[in-house]
Parts: sequence; C-alpha cells; structure tokens
Amino acid sequence: MNGFFDIPSDLQHSWAGLIGLHLREALLPVAAGLLLALPLALLCNRFRWLYPPVLGVTTMLYAVPSLAFFVVLIDYTGQTELTVMIPLALYSLVVLVPAIADGVRSVPDETLSAATAMGFGPVRRYLQVQLPIAAPAIIAGLRVATASSISLVSVGALIGNQGALGNLLAAAQKYDRPELAANAVVTTAVLAILCDAALVALRRALTPWMPRSGRERTAAPREELLTKGAAR
Amino acid sequence: MIRIDSVTKRYPDGTVAVDRLSLEIPDRSITVLVGPSGCGKTTTLRMINRMVEPTEGTILLDGEDVQRQPVTTLRRSMGYVIQNAGLFQHRTIADNIATVPRMLGWGKQRARERAAELMERVGLDASLAKRYPYQLSGGQQQRVGVARALAADPPVLLMDEPFSAVDPVVRKGLQDELLRIQDELGKTIVFVTHDIDEAIKLGTMVAVLREGGRLAQYAPPAELLSNPADSFVEDFLGADRGIRRLSFFTSDALELTTDAVVPAGAPDAPLTTAETPYLLVTDAEGRPLGWRERGSAGDADRLLPYGRPFRPGTDSLRAALDCAVLSPTGWAVAVDADGRVTGVVSQQTIGEAIRAAHTQAETDAAPARGEDEKVAG
Repeated sequence: MNGFFDIPSDLQHSWAGLIGLHLREALLPVAAGLLLALPLALLCNRFRWLYPPVLGVTTMLYAVPSLAFFVVLIDYTGQTELTVMIPLALYSLVVLVPAIADGVRSVPDETLSAATAMGFGPVRRYLQVQLPIAAPAIIAGLRVATASSISLVSVGALIGNQGALGNLLAAAQKYDRPELAANAVVTTAVLAILCDAALVALRRALTPWMPRSGRERTAAPREELLTKGAAR
Repeated sequence: MIRIDSVTKRYPDGTVAVDRLSLEIPDRSITVLVGPSGCGKTTTLRMINRMVEPTEGTILLDGEDVQRQPVTTLRRSMGYVIQNAGLFQHRTIADNIATVPRMLGWGKQRARERAAELMERVGLDASLAKRYPYQLSGGQQQRVGVARALAADPPVLLMDEPFSAVDPVVRKGLQDELLRIQDELGKTIVFVTHDIDEAIKLGTMVAVLREGGRLAQYAPPAELLSNPADSFVEDFLGADRGIRRLSFFTSDALELTTDAVVPAGAPDAPLTTAETPYLLVTDAEGRPLGWRERGSAGDADRLLPYGRPFRPGTDSLRAALDCAVLSPTGWAVAVDADGRVTGVVSQQTIGEAIRAAHTQAETDAAPARGEDEKVAG
C-alpha cells in the first residue's frame, strides 16, 4: 500500500485533484449529450422517418475509436480536455437518443389524447406530460452513459496527461509502480458506482408516482443498453 | 345545442369514416353514439372538440361554427373522458382533477378546493387526493377521469367509451353514478359506446351508426326497441329486444294480491281470488322466505325459491316478469323499500299488464308521429 496515494509530480494533480478532473471530463460530455439528445429525440418523434437514420449515425459515431477522433480533433482543439470530451459527448448519444425517444413514445395514447382534449398545445404537452413520464427511461439512459463515460475518460492519457485517473495507468508503467494502476482502476470503479447511486436517488426523488414494481420496467431497457455498451 | 350538419370525414387514403352525418344533440341530456367498430362514432365525437377536423359539413355549438373558435378555448369548454381514463400518471389525483382549472389560471387553493368538491361528487374518498393513479383501481381511475372532465364546469361533456375497460359490476356502478351526476348537473353529454345495452340504459337519445359512418337510426331508446328502422338496427339490438323494451314500462299498475302471503308457521290461507296451489311464506318482519305448497304448513325445509323480488313503481315490468320467471311457482314477489312483501302477482297478470302497456305506447306514439308527418310535409 506504500505510495498508493503518492501521485508522481508530473501529473500536476493530487489524488483528489485527479478525481475532480476525472468527474469533470466524464460528466460534462454526458450533460452536453443530454442537451443535444433532447431536441434530436423530439425531432425523431415528430418526423418518424428521421429516427432510423439518426440511430444509424449515432451508432456509427460510437463505432469510431476515440483515438481516431483525437487525431482529427487535435488539429483544432489541441491536446486539451476538450479533445477528450467531444468524442465522449458524441458516444453518449447512442444511448441517450433512443432512451429519450422511446421513453417519450411510450406515453400511453389515452394520456396524450386526454392532454390534447384538455387544450394542451404541443409544447406544453411535451414539457409537462411526455418528458416527466419519460423521466425514468431517460435516467436509465443517463446511468449507462455516465458509467461508460467515466470508464472512457482514461483514454485521454493517450494525448498527454488528459486522461485524469487514466494518467495513473501510464505513470504506473513509466515508474514501474503497479499500485498506481490499482489506484486508477479502483478509484474509477468507485466513482462509477457513486455516480450511478446518485442517479438512482435522483430518479426516486423525481418519480414518487412510480409503482415499486416499476423498477423492473426501467431495468429492462438498461440491460439492453449495457449489452450494446459492452460490445464496444 | 350541438348541431352536426351533414358532416363527412374522408381520409387522404380515401377511407370514409363519417358519411354526411346530421344530428341535433339536445341540451342537458345524454346522447349516445353507438355502433360496431369502424362506424365513425369516435371520429364524430372528436370532430366536436376538433381533435379531428371534418372534410365537409359544419358542427355548430349554440349556433356557432366550432371551426371558427380558438381550439384551446373550445376544448377547455368541453370535458373529455376517455377509455382507461388517460390520467397523468406523474400527477396526484387532486392535481389531475385540477388540470384544466389551473390552465385557466385559477389559484392553487381554489383549484384544490374544486378538486376536493369533485372527488366527493363522483364518490371518491378524500384520502385519495394525494395518491397517484397507479394506486387506484380501474373503476376509481375512471371516476377521477369524470371528475377531471367536470373540473372547470364545462357545459358539454364528451365521453369516449369511458366504461369499456372495467369489469361488468364496476361498469354498472359507474353508469348509475353517471346518471345520478347527470340528474344533479344537467350537462350536455355525448357518449360513445359499442355496447347497445349501455346505450339504452344511459341515452335520452341514441344514434345507431353503421359501418362507413352512416346514420342508421336516431331515436329515444324505447322507440329504438319497438320500431327498429331496418334489419341492421334490429340485428344490432340483439335477440331479446322485446324483453328489454319492458324496461321502459313501469310496474306501477300491476295488481298485487296478498291473499297467498302467510307468515311462517301459519296455517293455509283460505282459497280466494288468488288461485294458486302455493303460498308465500314470510318471516316475522314480513320479508319473503320462499313458497310452499298448500297443506305443507310447518315444513320449513321444503320452501321453493322466490326469485328476485321487484319494487313496484321503482322497477320496470321487466324486473317483475324476471321475478315471475325465476320462481318455479310462476308468481312474482313485490316488496317495499325495506324488503317487506307488499303482495304477489302471477305471470298471467304481468302478461296482461304488458299488453296494456303496448297498447298505451301505440296510442301515445300515434298522434306524435302524425304531427311529425305534418311538419315534414
């Protein structure tokens, strides 16, 4: 355990500093992905023909290795955090767009008809009825996107110290200190678990209206998304 | 009054959902649109609040074309109840009911009070106000749906197969409740169903539609049963419309006899006008126990069933006849509000009452029809 938290000075961060950096590099892209996915999903539901091509594009983006993104982006954004975060934001779309689109689409027809008949316009209906009811599905998507993003930040180490906790893996090799690699793996895993727990807590707080057995309902699409993520 | 004036709905693929339909929907009564699936009944309903726009023709609400009115204003002036209630699952029962009042700008407090008032009116316990829809049974959810539609006190209520998805017992309860609420509030209700029995029970007027959205007949339910316009309506009404029509005849005028009613343990009554070999045995309070044969006094084990008693005046001739048919003696038992026997009546007497009622209905209808012809001419 000696030197487990003794971070080499060339990383320019303490252990806590690396954690902060890691969270920022992982979560900002998910937030950006969410902001991008909301209007995309809205469009996909408005124009049904748009959905399959949009899904195809997001899947294709997901299939591009991050290294390839880095090579392209580095000319524009340099060896910065942004170069790591842009691909991560694009990756999150593969999970978030279908989560939101399917979630919004799963609102029962009767509920929509009732809303229309009570004089809800399309915007009010989307914001006050469809999105809140889709919240569990959206949060399920966010959980997958977040976990995946936290694990993927590490590849930023490839473009010079932009991998946050991932940099420890490189340092472990460079200084022959395997405990640093263990630190990186354990800390990343704990971060992922804590973020997931926070999202579960958020969903509980947002959906007092869900039956207890409804937990299985949100678990189901999540599993499907996980297998998709694992294929990577 | 809602006036549907030769309205046609044709879809781009050429399907005609509603074909030159004209109806006058009277104020403060329940008008039922009934027909098989694909007859355009729901489309017609949805054209009234412009969820569907007609291809041709106009719909007038109090003389004004609904298409000239702002769509949100129009919809908020009409309550809408749908199958499975369509509640907002993410909002509490009270918030669901208060939806339209809140959109109309009512304050929180006033909307909440209104919700509480309506919950009471539709027979929901106040303790349910803070619950969510998933915590309620189907029947309760449907009551919330009715309360939500009534929230802003709209003059018109549109109901699209509201009770189709609940079980028959709950459905009957909801139907009775609707009739009670309608007695109190007097809304103009347009009610869509595929269930002809529901139509006959609830409707002041019933419009029978056939496939392709054409009107087959528009009449009060009793007239529908006595004079179906054609074989389609006759088939749609079903096999026993003669029996069902009896629901519209009162049992008021039935001549009851008490000669054959005896308390338990009493000896045979003398044979008088009621020439029945059976006697109805009652308990100490006068409630029916069963029939026994003459000469079998004291043999309590051998009582025959007495069917389901009817209440003269409240129940129809149909209930009286049903009671007589159910009892192996062929006699029906009449009771008062407390279930005490007020007399018995034979199948034969009921049969005579039915014939008299038919004659009466014919003479009532004849001058009315004559006038119609005059107006038409």
